[in-house]
This record gives sequence, C-alpha cells and structure tokens, in this order.
Amino acid sequence: MNELVASFGGRARRIAQRIFSRPRIDVPLAAGLFVLALIGLTVLYSASNLNTSMVIGQATRFLVGAALLLAVSRIPPSLLRAWTPWFYLLSCVLLVVLMVLGEGRGADRWLDLGVIRFQPSELMKLAMPMMIAWYLHPRPLPPRWRDIAAVGILTGIPALLIGRQPDLGTALLVLASGLFVLFLAGLQWWKIGAMLAALAGAAPVAWHYMHDYQRERVLTFLHPENDPLGTGWHIIQSMIAVGSGGIVGKGFNQGTQSKLEFLPEHTTDFIFAVLGEEFGLIGVLVLLALYVFIVGRCLWIAANARDTWSRLVAGAFGLAFMVYVIVNGGMISGLLPVVGVPLPLVSYGGTSAITLLTGFGVVMSIHAHRKWTP
Amino acid sequence: MNERRELPDEGARRARFARRALAGFAIMLALVLAVAGRFVYLQVHEHAEYSTRAKANRVRLRHLPPPRGLIFDREGKLLADNIPAFRLDVIPDKVKHMDALLERLAMVVPLTDDDIRRFKQSLKQHRSFEPVPLKFRLTESERDRFAVDQWQFPGVSIDPYLTRNYPYGAEFAHVVGYVGRIDEKEQAKLDPDRYAGTTHIGKTGLEKQYENLLHGTPGYELVEVNADQRPLRVLQRVPAKPGRNLYLTIDERLQRATIAAFAGQTGAAVAIDPRNGNVLAMVTVPSFDPNLFVNGISQADYTALLDDPDKPLLNRAMRGGYPPGSIVKPFLGLGGLEMGLRKPDDTVLSTGTFYIPGVARGYRDDQRYGAGRVNLMQAITQSVNTYFYSLALQMGIQRLDQWMAKFGFGSPTGIDLPDETGGVLPSPEWKRKTFKQPWYPGETVISGIGQGYWMVTPLQMAHALASLAGDGKSFTPHLLAATSDGLEDPETPYPQAPPKQITHDPADVAAVVQGMLGVVNSPSGTAYKAGIGQGFPYLIAGKTGTAERYSRTSEAYNTNKNLAYLAERHRAWFICFAPADHPQIAIAVVLEQGAWGGTAAAPIARKMLDQWLADTPPSERPPINTAATQSAVAAPATP
Repeated sequence: MNELVASFGGRARRIAQRIFSRPRIDVPLAAGLFVLALIGLTVLYSASNLNTSMVIGQATRFLVGAALLLAVSRIPPSLLRAWTPWFYLLSCVLLVVLMVLGEGRGADRWLDLGVIRFQPSELMKLAMPMMIAWYLHPRPLPPRWRDIAAVGILTGIPALLIGRQPDLGTALLVLASGLFVLFLAGLQWWKIGAMLAALAGAAPVAWHYMHDYQRERVLTFLHPENDPLGTGWHIIQSMIAVGSGGIVGKGFNQGTQSKLEFLPEHTTDFIFAVLGEEFGLIGVLVLLALYVFIVGRCLWIAANARDTWSRLVAGAFGLAFMVYVIVNGGMISGLLPVVGVPLPLVSYGGTSAITLLTGFGVVMSIHAHRKWTP
Repeated sequence: MNERRELPDEGARRARFARRALAGFAIMLALVLAVAGRFVYLQVHEHAEYSTRAKANRVRLRHLPPPRGLIFDREGKLLADNIPAFRLDVIPDKVKHMDALLERLAMVVPLTDDDIRRFKQSLKQHRSFEPVPLKFRLTESERDRFAVDQWQFPGVSIDPYLTRNYPYGAEFAHVVGYVGRIDEKEQAKLDPDRYAGTTHIGKTGLEKQYENLLHGTPGYELVEVNADQRPLRVLQRVPAKPGRNLYLTIDERLQRATIAAFAGQTGAAVAIDPRNGNVLAMVTVPSFDPNLFVNGISQADYTALLDDPDKPLLNRAMRGGYPPGSIVKPFLGLGGLEMGLRKPDDTVLSTGTFYIPGVARGYRDDQRYGAGRVNLMQAITQSVNTYFYSLALQMGIQRLDQWMAKFGFGSPTGIDLPDETGGVLPSPEWKRKTFKQPWYPGETVISGIGQGYWMVTPLQMAHALASLAGDGKSFTPHLLAATSDGLEDPETPYPQAPPKQITHDPADVAAVVQGMLGVVNSPSGTAYKAGIGQGFPYLIAGKTGTAERYSRTSEAYNTNKNLAYLAERHRAWFICFAPADHPQIAIAVVLEQGAWGGTAAAPIARKMLDQWLADTPPSERPPINTAATQSAVAAPATP
C-alpha cells in the first residue's frame, strides 16, 4: 500500500495519504449513532416477537452501513463534492428505471438487483442535499431567484418521480431535504415566506393529482373514526399503544398492543409505538434527546466546516434527519397523517439504514478534513 | 448589487451560516418539543384512558371481502355467479413448524403438490397474522374429517367464502373469461385496503376488463376475542359493498345456437348489431371450461389444454388471424365508388387470367375462361377476381390501405376485452418493417382479393361488415351494455363512444349491397346453391370467401373436387347481414377447415340468423319488404 501511495506525486499523494490513513471519526457523533443502533435492535427484537433472524439481518445491515461510513469518512470532501453530480444523476436514472420497469402504474418502490433489493428513493435522500449544495456553492449567496428556480427543478424532478411510485411521504421529504440547503444558504426570510405562500397555493393542485387512496389518507387523518378499517385503525391502535405505555412503560417485551397484533407494521413504520408502549415516556424522551444530540452535533460540524459545500451538506443532512424523526413521531402519535416514513436507524429496513449511515460518513469526512486543504 | 450579495470574507460567510444553522436547529427543537408534548399528553394525561382501552382491546378487526358483481347476458341469464364454498385457512403466526403441520394436515385433508406450492407462494404475500388460504372448495367429507381433528391444528380453520362459478362453462369462456388467485405480481399493484381479504381477481376476458367495476368495496367486522384470540362475538359490522353487476349485449340463445351450428368444426363466429356496435354473439370453437381455472387448474388439466391440437385456449374470434380472401371484395368495390374510380355500371372484362401490363405472370379467376364483362354488382355476386385485381391496381396500395384501415383492418377494433390482436393489413411500410423488403405491384393485385400477407380476425371482419351495413357508421364493438349496483337497483347504461362516419354517399353503399344480395339470392351467386336465403322472411346480403391455407405450388386449376381434400386446404368464410334494407345483425363466420365459404360457412350463418329471428320479438322486427326481395333477386341477371 505504501508503494502505491508513494507512487503518486504531490497533491494526489496527499489525497491518497488522507484516504489510507487512520480513520478520524467524530467520537461524539459515532457514539450517538452506536447507541441509537443498539436501541433500534433492542426494540426490533421485542417488536418482531423475539425474532432473532430479523435482528441479525438488521445488525448485518448496520455493519455494512458502518463499513460504508468509515470508508466514506476517509474521502476528502472535495472529492465527494466532485462526484456529487454523478451520484445525483445515478439516483435519478435508477428512479427512471424503476418507473419504466414498474410500467409507471404499480406501487413499485423496489429495485431488485438479484442479491439485494433497494429503494432508489432512499438514495435520493442523500443525493439531494449534496446536489443542491453542489449547485449553490460556487454561486453568490444568498441565492438569487434564478438559482431558486434551478433548485426547484433539481428537487422537483426526483420528487415527482418518487411521488409517482406512488410514495408521497418520501417525495415530500426529498423535496424538503433540497429546500433545507436553500434555507441554510441564507435565503432571505421574506423569500422563504413567499415560497411557503406559493406552496400553500399549490396545495389544491397537488390534491388534484393525488391518488384516491392518498386523498383518503389525508381525510382519514382528519377523521380517523370514519375509517376504522384502514389507516384510521392504524392511528387508533398506535395511540392506544403509546398512551397505555404511560411514563415508565409496560416493560421490555410486555407490550400487549404489539404482541396481540393490534398494532400494524410494528417492525417498520410503527416501531416507535412499540417503544412508547414498552419503555413509556422516559424511553420516548431518551430517544428524542438522542436524535436531538445527533442533529446538534451534525450542525456543529457544519458550522465548523471549511467550505460552503461542506457546510450546506452537513447542515441540510442533519435537518432532514431530524424531520424524518419528527414526521414519524407525529404520525404514530396522531399529530400527522400516516405517510409511511420509517424511524431512522430504528425501523426495520435495509436501504434506509445503509443510506443514512453513508450520509453520516459524508458528515464525518467533513469533520475529519476540516483543517485540511489538498 | 453584487457586492451586497458576495459577502466580503469567509468569516462573515461562516457567521451567517452559523446563524442559519442555529435558526434551523431552533425550529427543529420546537417541532421535537411539539412531538414530545404530544407524547406527554398521550402518556401522562390520557394514560388512564388508553390503559383501559388497551386492556379492553379484545376487539379485532376482520376484513369482509366484497362479493364479486354478477354477469348477465342481454336476457338476464346468469353467466358468472358466486356460490358458497369452504376453504382451509392457515394463520402463519400461529404455526411453529409449517412443514410438519402441512404433513400432518395432509393426512386429514388431502393436499396436492399444487396446493402446497401455491400456499407457500401466497405465504410470502400475506402478513403473518392474516389467514392464508391453503385449499379451496373443500368437500363435505373433508370438512367433517377436519372438524373432528381440528384441536390438533392451532392456527388452521375452515372458513366459508364465495367462489366464482360459470354455469355455462365453455360457452362463454372466451368472452366472460375467468378469475384466479391473485399472484405476486398482481398483489404488488393492488391497493391493499381495497383488496383486503380478497383472494381472487379477474384474469381474462370481461372478468379482467371490468375488474374495477366487478370488485366492489370490502367491509369489516369488529370481533371481540378472548385472551387466546378466539372470536367471541361480533360487535360491529359494516357489510362489504358488492361489485357492480354487468349486463352484456350478448345473447346466450344466439351464442348457444352458433356453437351448435359449428357441429364440432374448428372456427369462430361473431355477430354484431350494426345499429349500435352491440356484440350479439362471439363464438370460438373449441373452447374450455373456465371453472377449472378458478381455484387453480391442476398441472395435468393445464397440460391437456395446452397440448390439444385444436388449441381450445386460443380466442379465435379476436386473436385468430386468417387470410380474408374474397370477403374483402365488397369493401374494395365500395372504395372504388367512393374514390370515383368506378361507377356501379362500369364493366371489366374477365377472361380467366389478369395480367399487369408488361408482366408475364398472370393472376387467375376462379372460372376457367372468365366471367366475361361484369359490372360491380355482378363482380361481387360471382366473386370475379379480375374486376378487383384491376381495381386494386388502379387504386394503388397506399389508397387501398388507407381505405381498408377505415373499416378497422390492420388494427384492434377496441372491443372491451383484453389482449385483442389487430391482424395484418399489409402495406409497403409494413412489409419494409417486417421483412425489410420492397413492395411489388403483384402484391397490390392479390391484396385486391384478400390474399397475400393480409390477416384478419373474425371480430374485425364482423366489425367491418357492421360498419358497411350500417351505412358507413362505425361503432366500436362492445359487450357491456349496462351495470347495476344490485339486483333490485336500476341498470345504468354503460357509455359508448360515438360512431365514426366512414363513407360519404349512401348510394355507393346501396350499389355494393345489391351485389351482396346477389351472392345469396341470385342463381349466379356464390352462396345461392347452399340455399341460405330460402324460407327466410328477410333479404340477406352476404359474401363468401375461400382463402387458401397454403400457398399454391402450381398455377394449374385444381380439379380435385374431393371436399375433404379441399377442406384441409381451405379456410372458409361467410359474412352476411340482415335484413338487407334495415340491418340489425351482421355476422362473420370462419371455418379453419372448410371446403368453400358458400357451402360450409354460410349454413352456420343461416342458423344464426334463424336464431336471431326467433329471439327478436315481432314488435322489434322491421317490416318485410316483399317487392324489394323480388327485385333484388331479379336484378343481378347475367349480361
């Protein structure tokens, strides 16, 4: 390896030395993620009815994600930034491939690669902030209207592709992760206000293009008792699970709501309700605090980053990560409509965990290289 | 302006970002606190309430799949029905060792390899707490045996359900189609809420086409259960909303009479009402029993159907492509009139062979020394090739194609059934695309008599004829007439596309119809000998067609009159409509092996017409015009 490194000259050698040197991860952030993963596996063990193979499967995904995190953290941000358009393009192409294979009609969110199946929309959750930051970093900030329009196109196309799958929740989150970059880039508050007003104006149009069942979900959220059959049942049972957990919870593996299968999707989208039932308010607050800590650390790393791209990526990724938590928590507690958003690093599911950990790899890289210029 | 945007130094940029990051963090924190507040509300303030509800949560939700809509013929005969049956369900969660359970269960209720394979497949599609069907349509003895041993099989139950039944079996297999178990691919595309508890879905025919109408909306039951999850009583029940019933345009009596008329010969027939595009009969023989497919056909039955040389699974009426032969002549003749290339009385000399100027190869007439000078009417009546060879050549292949395409040749008719094929309307572009070869003038000539690459389906043929008979008004053929919510509810007519007008002058159509009247009623007509016009109160206009199945190896006239030999070589067509002056039914019949259209296929059409007459109440019949009958028969005298 050393010969290889030595064979490069000058700048290339310094980059190579960086990549192959001892990992320099951010210990507080890594510790936070590690604890979060442990909590996730514990709750999954109970939620899956002590299904060890599911837990081992999820742990394997965490290990793959951790390996990717370590690998990505060694790549200098300048390289990551240079690769960004290709990464974004690849994610877009995969979404188009998915649309073509799914004939654009069915609810096809999965790409089957034989060995693994993954959701390109999850990839986009990472590619989006990187791409918008890539677009904005050489331009004068705060962004001008025409930059805002460009960002609108860059975020809108993938969001539409995902919305067509149809996966409204993820489409909105991907859209949001792109817009966070604009926000962090210093977009004037009055422009933010104008954009929010425009969005509110576009809501009836979006309503027009929604699938019938998606409209039903929104209406169900407003009146859950009208539809005890489908999503209304989910909300009611989820609230019973959470509410009956009380302050200290019913104890590990003691949640009747999930054990007796009143709670749907209790290993994936509704796993937070299992935690709420078995570990009570204390468990919920500990988990939320842990998330806040992780996001706070991301923003701190962002604020200390050396260049605009790094700042925007780390900051937007952190904010988006928090939004996933808020949306999932709001959904299972009946504050928000059921939109099928997993709880980051706790819900069972591969693509989400691996992409999120890779994203933290990017954040770690920004941290590790903050005092270094190639 | 730019100076104000471009901040002077990196420090200021960082500071601004830090402010923004802080603002973002503050917003997130506020939202997290809102969520946390919600949890505090649920878990502290409402804890007692939800605690009680969790303890009292002995209520389970059970989906009630909707009964599928029924399908009726135009007279209200039930073509697709739901009958009660029992099936064996397994709840995967309740089973520790699935294979061991299946092995023990098979000793009580016989399970085939097919059952187990399908069960294992559907295990993957269902959530683990939902019952997965293992075996459908249990016999009474199977139910009794299981009932005795049920205690040994936790998680296994016998549940009643409604199964699809097709009382007319093979008669409507190709029209109504059949339902089958939802497979993995379909599962992925279905709205899980709408298909909760549903195991079957329309696979072919109308069952597939109108799946959305037939399916209905599921209901649910809130069932009180004990600690072992055994149901105690039903607390609340919202019944499922059944799918809509379909009322078809098809007439079972006509369908049955048509099948009988084929007397076991292979072929297809379609009857359409030219006034509205209603499909009155759509027959494919042989057919198969759709009931075999409903709960999963056995491998042996399926192989038998696939290996049958008569291909009973092939829907010949709308997927069978046959060379049309002479039945295209009336359409070509009409084109000649519409384009102004011919007047009805213009004559062409038929000498037995037609030559393209400057080309040595000749094109034959059916009569050895030709029919002499014939006008349009006589050319259709006697099916004189030379008249149409010369007309096709004069029209040119481009115009010929455009004209024929108006009648729907070369493309699907758009009937409300899945998987219709469009046949082939050969054109220079089509040939270039398909064979990468140029078009030859000789191919234009034989296109004029429906030979060459030309392929049509019986449905296309009936549709084209109905368009001609209805004075050039072309309706999209359809089978669905109306729908209703329930048996007591009124029928709602199903909307149809408005017709397209494809001819301009009714006199042109009338001239062609004169020729077609001659086919049936004039002694020189090609269908006269079969006597199909005799004893029928209305005038019948028709046209015969005999297309060769294999290309001719020599130009010699075939002197072998052995009918069996000819039948093996020919495809026999007959198309007709009646009453000629007020058309109410247009028929296309094809026999895969028929010696001549006039003698083999025409009698089938006549039997269909007889049935149509019997089915039409006198009040709905048009007046009988005796004078017209006589003049029509007298008109096409030989010159």
